[in-house]
Amino acid sequence: MTGKAVVIGASAGGVQALSQILPALPGNFPLPIFVVVHVPPRRDNALVQLLAAKCALQVKEAEDKEMVTGGTIYFAPADYHLLVEEGGTLALSSEEPVNHSRPAIDVLFESAADAYGPALTGIVLTGANHDGAEGLKAVGAAGGVALVENPVTAEVSTMPAAALAACPSARAMSFADIVTHLRDWAVA
Amino acid sequence: MAENIEDIEIELLLEAVYQHYHYDFRGYARASLKRRLLHARKQLGYDSISAMQSDVLHDRTMLPRLLNYLTVQVSEMFRDPSYFRALREKVIPHLRTYASLKVWVAGCSNGEELYSLAILFREEGLAHKTMFYATDINPNALKAAEAGVYPLDRIRLFTENHQQAGGLTSLSDYYTADYGRAVFDKSLRNQVVFSDHSLVTDSVFGEMQLISCRNVLIYFNRELQNRAVGLFRDSLARRGFLGLGSKESLRFSEHAGAFSEFVSEEKIYQRGLT
Repeated sequence: MTGKAVVIGASAGGVQALSQILPALPGNFPLPIFVVVHVPPRRDNALVQLLAAKCALQVKEAEDKEMVTGGTIYFAPADYHLLVEEGGTLALSSEEPVNHSRPAIDVLFESAADAYGPALTGIVLTGANHDGAEGLKAVGAAGGVALVENPVTAEVSTMPAAALAACPSARAMSFADIVTHLRDWAVA
Repeated sequence: MAENIEDIEIELLLEAVYQHYHYDFRGYARASLKRRLLHARKQLGYDSISAMQSDVLHDRTMLPRLLNYLTVQVSEMFRDPSYFRALREKVIPHLRTYASLKVWVAGCSNGEELYSLAILFREEGLAHKTMFYATDINPNALKAAEAGVYPLDRIRLFTENHQQAGGLTSLSDYYTADYGRAVFDKSLRNQVVFSDHSLVTDSVFGEMQLISCRNVLIYFNRELQNRAVGLFRDSLARRGFLGLGSKESLRFSEHAGAFSEFVSEEKIYQRGLT
């Protein structure tokens, strides 16, 4: 199965973790990457600007009804859920928080698992809650690749540990291994 | 990939709701609609969407319950205070020049946006010459909007938002607290018409100077968004204003040319002269 997309979820400690992974991806990385980071519901997208300056790939805030293009990193805007539609467009939603979070990792992962099935890679990083566990389970159940930041070395282990427990096919990895795993798509 | 059974069931349910009740959710953005339907199935205690569909068709009392899941009722007063501040500072000065005003809150849900605008217009001295039209497809939401009662624990957020929106009065001037509820002053809806109206299936709605429709279009697919924006264009007076949600835009709309950006960062547009 060839990969078609990557979803990443992160919470407490997530900015650090993403700064280890995303800038390490080469400019010819072919897949779209969708990211939910739990941030306070403010409007500025400081994180997007921070990572855009460090990444070879295009980094942007996801827009409603936008067509997905490969080699682009999309961040969920603050205070909106991000979903992927079948057919490769993005959708935002201002529905209730899920797991006390908006955006919620579960909402993104479950919609992406529906849209991409086995062609999806889901990655749950550091965090102090259980968001992403159900989502990663959905990624695994649809036949996708499920990866988790190693809880032992994660800044906050709760979230990766919960995801690992919920998703039987999930593998715990170091940042370096996650990057290696993703870089394989660039040469494939 | 072949469609899975759940997707087929959802397709059939939406068709059934449309054919029998003429509520058309077929063009709603599918991923979030699916989420809400699966949530409804669980909350209403069905094993499958098909089983739920059977009751929806045969038991009339099921439809209003299902509508509460199909539509989204999450909002707050003065949500995104900077939007209301921009209305106050940039749009209101234009509206002052009219002898009478019509304002349409499209997809008013439980009324938070309507009351925000009614308070804003009163603070700016425009309330006496303004007629508000608050529309929604969900009769339960319209009833809640007409009642204007909100849980008291939401008032702190509403008050903060109101202040950040440049509020000239105190929000507490407009409600009375009563057993954990805030009951908003009846006089705020003296000049409000509440009405059942669908952006999906109904037509043009009067000559408005301002249409505020926030976080409604994101639940539509592109085709429906086009229909709704076309409806807004045809319902606006020339040089009338359209306010959308902070993550909504006319960028992908085929009617974008009929509007110009008026306050671009707040997604406030102005209809042109043609």
